[in-house]
Amino acid sequence: MKQSRALTYEEATHRIGRIWMLSAAALFLLVPVSVSIFYDAWPPIKLVGEGLLGVAPIFWTVGVIEAFTFIPMLGSGGSYLAFVTGNLTNLKVPCVLNALQAAKIDPGTEKAEAVSTIAVAVSSIVTTLIIALGVILLGSVQPILQSPALAPAFENILPALFGALAVVFVSKAWKIAIAPLVFMTALFIAVPSLAGSVGVLVPVGAALAMGAARILYKKNLL
Amino acid sequence: MKEFSVNSTFLYCVAAIVIAFVLLQSAVFLVRAWKRARALGIEAAALKRIAMSSAVFTIAPAVAILLGVITLSKALGLPLPWLRLSVVGALTYELPAATAAATAAGASLSEQVQDPTVFSAIAWVMTLGIIPGVLYIPFLMKRIQGGLSRLKSRDEAWSAIFMDALFLGMISAFLGMIFKDIRSGLSGWIPVFVMLVSALLLALCGLIMKKFKIKWLEDFALSICMLSSMALSIPITNWLS
Repeated sequence: MKQSRALTYEEATHRIGRIWMLSAAALFLLVPVSVSIFYDAWPPIKLVGEGLLGVAPIFWTVGVIEAFTFIPMLGSGGSYLAFVTGNLTNLKVPCVLNALQAAKIDPGTEKAEAVSTIAVAVSSIVTTLIIALGVILLGSVQPILQSPALAPAFENILPALFGALAVVFVSKAWKIAIAPLVFMTALFIAVPSLAGSVGVLVPVGAALAMGAARILYKKNLL
Repeated sequence: MKEFSVNSTFLYCVAAIVIAFVLLQSAVFLVRAWKRARALGIEAAALKRIAMSSAVFTIAPAVAILLGVITLSKALGLPLPWLRLSVVGALTYELPAATAAATAAGASLSEQVQDPTVFSAIAWVMTLGIIPGVLYIPFLMKRIQGGLSRLKSRDEAWSAIFMDALFLGMISAFLGMIFKDIRSGLSGWIPVFVMLVSALLLALCGLIMKKFKIKWLEDFALSICMLSSMALSIPITNWLS
């Protein structure tokens, strides 16, 4: 008789993660279905196809690239949640980096897996609550949030975020950082319009950093 | 046909159901990870500090996401952008998807969508455009994590360096992007100065932590630097524009 054994935390995470993720995908799909049924407004397939043609080739490719890039950073539990709650590069991944840094835990460890999931979960809950609160209080908050005086603060959120993160991580491994930093800076100065595709360039930066790291590691320079 | 409005009660109900589902998923994962962290020997007090630090860190980016909801709401009403930006999406995905669908339908996002078929087409394109990103994960996750475990068991030192390199690759891409407008004149340097201010503030926090042994500052240093440099970007912009 086959002996049953309790699942490890990692195995249980995969099982629960898959169930939640596939359920979430089904629920997301039900949104346009319910809109179409409720308003009896099924769009012609050709129309949806034309719209998709403008975005799907990029989004579907970036989706695969993002999976390979962010799963190692976020861990299993963090990924199952973060890919459902979205806003990866501008919030979830930096939030995980912040949590690991504050807790002094090395990425890729069992403790990092748990802490990353906690960071993503808390961040998702807080984001949802802030957006919900903002929607409820829209009349009061909109004039403040969209005031010209505050505009520079929100325009500069990424420099404010990545400036501080850079000090933490570049100082830890500056030799590895040189090649991707120089390449990316030169690339964006030469082709500023690439800013819209920064998500696609993240794995390029990662590949460059890994290549540089491998050479330095092989030469015992790290 | 029922009377259509981009801000109908029906659409708010749909948004609320999906958002409640995602909140529940977050709560379930939080409780599991918390128990796991305790079992691994991380103290409850340390976990509370991690949670608080993550919550504070989230505030500014979340407000920026709220701005994205407001931006999209002009054309699509509140419920759909509220839903899309609370789950899966980011403004960088949702705006092009909505624009592509509206353009295909001969409509424009510069005014509120009145036609339910156009609205429905936009909802379909937004969903189908991004849903594969969700579907890939269950199929790729074990393979990617398995590869990482094998890497770690083969060479632990290289595995740690590999993770550092991955993070640095992402940070490099965003740092490079900050320089994109420097050829346009002094105002193009504003993001660079904000980044430098943020970096300097973090270095200062590091010194303060070392000298005065302020433990709590460690948990909030990144958030404090981000919020302070966002605030300082206002006088920097006024000065350089």
